[in-house]
Amino acid sequence: MKDKKKRGITKSLIAEKLFEKFFMIIGLSCLIVLLLIMLFLFGEGVPILRDVTLSDFLLGAQWYPTSVNPRFGVLPLIAASVAVTLLASVIAVPLSLAIAVYLAELASPRVREILKPAIEIIASIPSVVIGFFGMVVVAPFLQRQFDLDTGLNLFNAALMLAFMAVPTIASISEDAISSVPVSLKEGSYALGANRWQTIFRIVIPAALSGIWTAVILGISRVIGETMVVLMVAGGAAVVPDSIFDPVRPLTSNIAAEMAEAPVGGSHYHALFAIGIILFIITFVFNIIADYLSNKYRFKEN
Amino acid sequence: MLSQQAKSDAIEKAAFSLIRIMSYLILAFLIFIIGYIIAKGYSALSWEFISEMPKDEMTRGGIFPAILGTFYLMIGSALVSIPIGIITAVYLTEYAGMPLLVKIIRVGVSNLAGVPSVVFGLFGLSLFVVFLDFGTSILAGSLTLGVLNLPVIIRSTEEALMTVPRTYREASLSLGATRLQTIFRIVVPNALPGILTGVMLSLGRAAGETAPIMFTAASYYAPELPNSIFSEVMALPYHIYVMATAGTHILETRHLQYGTAIILILLVLALNSIGLFLRYRFRKQLKG
Repeated sequence: MKDKKKRGITKSLIAEKLFEKFFMIIGLSCLIVLLLIMLFLFGEGVPILRDVTLSDFLLGAQWYPTSVNPRFGVLPLIAASVAVTLLASVIAVPLSLAIAVYLAELASPRVREILKPAIEIIASIPSVVIGFFGMVVVAPFLQRQFDLDTGLNLFNAALMLAFMAVPTIASISEDAISSVPVSLKEGSYALGANRWQTIFRIVIPAALSGIWTAVILGISRVIGETMVVLMVAGGAAVVPDSIFDPVRPLTSNIAAEMAEAPVGGSHYHALFAIGIILFIITFVFNIIADYLSNKYRFKEN
Repeated sequence: MLSQQAKSDAIEKAAFSLIRIMSYLILAFLIFIIGYIIAKGYSALSWEFISEMPKDEMTRGGIFPAILGTFYLMIGSALVSIPIGIITAVYLTEYAGMPLLVKIIRVGVSNLAGVPSVVFGLFGLSLFVVFLDFGTSILAGSLTLGVLNLPVIIRSTEEALMTVPRTYREASLSLGATRLQTIFRIVVPNALPGILTGVMLSLGRAAGETAPIMFTAASYYAPELPNSIFSEVMALPYHIYVMATAGTHILETRHLQYGTAIILILLVLALNSIGLFLRYRFRKQLKG
């Protein structure tokens, strides 16, 4: 009787151990997926270096992947991504910070209960719908208003992307602002500062690393966003010299050309190489954001 | 002294007004986008629109195959992401045996969350479509969307598991339950609403994403409904994209594009609202 019970216990202990191992293996799947992504991106992207040198690829100003003498210079695409991202950030960051401050410090509970879900709704709208709206509503408006050749351009794309980046930046910044200790604020009030002075000189500086995390994650999302720029940015693979020029960012270039690139050809490899560039950029941004948010958590304790 | 006081009061007032205006601006823009799409598209909506096949080169008829395809992709991706995601989250929160490994996995999860969706598309194309030879198919698209959604499920499950009080675990263990029993009979059931939130959000994402399925699952037009997991499918987001940008009937089918956008927005909003509502209830229940 006793023996039987003992055996039951050892049996379930073995089961426990086995399940822990099993859970660990499943738990590794994210890392495995990440490794597979790198493996396949590099496996399919690096062969482009048989056709062009790395510097010609990154710094070449001509992207003619399907001509008889194909050119694979991604500089115009990188320039487009950078320009769109910068402009979108310039629009999105002040807006998001205003919303974050409003939600964390000023809004009445009632307004919060409307504004917060509204921000989450913005985050959930599919990007293709935003792109569609930019294409059929914003583009004709811009074209008429500024007398342009086309409303599908850098500015339109930046506007739509800024709208999409607001939820990310606003909600993470709001968390950072809300977690600033009350004692800091009380100290500031006690010294005679008013609410705005307290927010601007005490609360925001104290929340700064969290706000940076928010901004970096928001920018990283903007760089990687595809459908909006595919539908709205205009698609010209030229380095832009005005914010109303049509452009062709990295992501949209992949989406637009993958269907016509024969598997295993130079064009196919070139598009995967662009994927490597995107992967590295967003990877670095995420590492920075991770680092900052850990630092910030440490500060809180 | 007084004038300085008055000055800083004026600055405060101006700053607060500006903040308020900027916050309402976003709200107004959201209402404008949704309102505009509904106003332009609701005339296209009818029972036939969601239940019939497209006709006459998609210039008339319904979008039933796109709705069905989106459902297939949602279910397929859920079958991949839910079990793997929940088990990963259980491992991360309930087993702290190897803190370094847990830390590395967490970094991996947050990096996976940051990978652009079009890069997931490239990954799905090279691994599932070409290397494993699944072709452009429901299977390849579901797997791609499934791995894309892993971080969504893992994060919300982790958050939900962490809110279950430690005393529950201790009580269960002290009553002689094993760790496994504690996890599956006490911790997971108590965290269920929070886990469901993640499931709903991930379904919404699977329904709305376009770039990952462009090269892995979606077809421009399929005359027949898919008959196996190796069939290509039409899907709502891709349907909006192709109708709005390709073909010869872009302007004539504008109202159908708006109509499809409404259906997609409704689907995604419904899934997200259920998810957010569950989370709201869950948090309230924990508090009070």
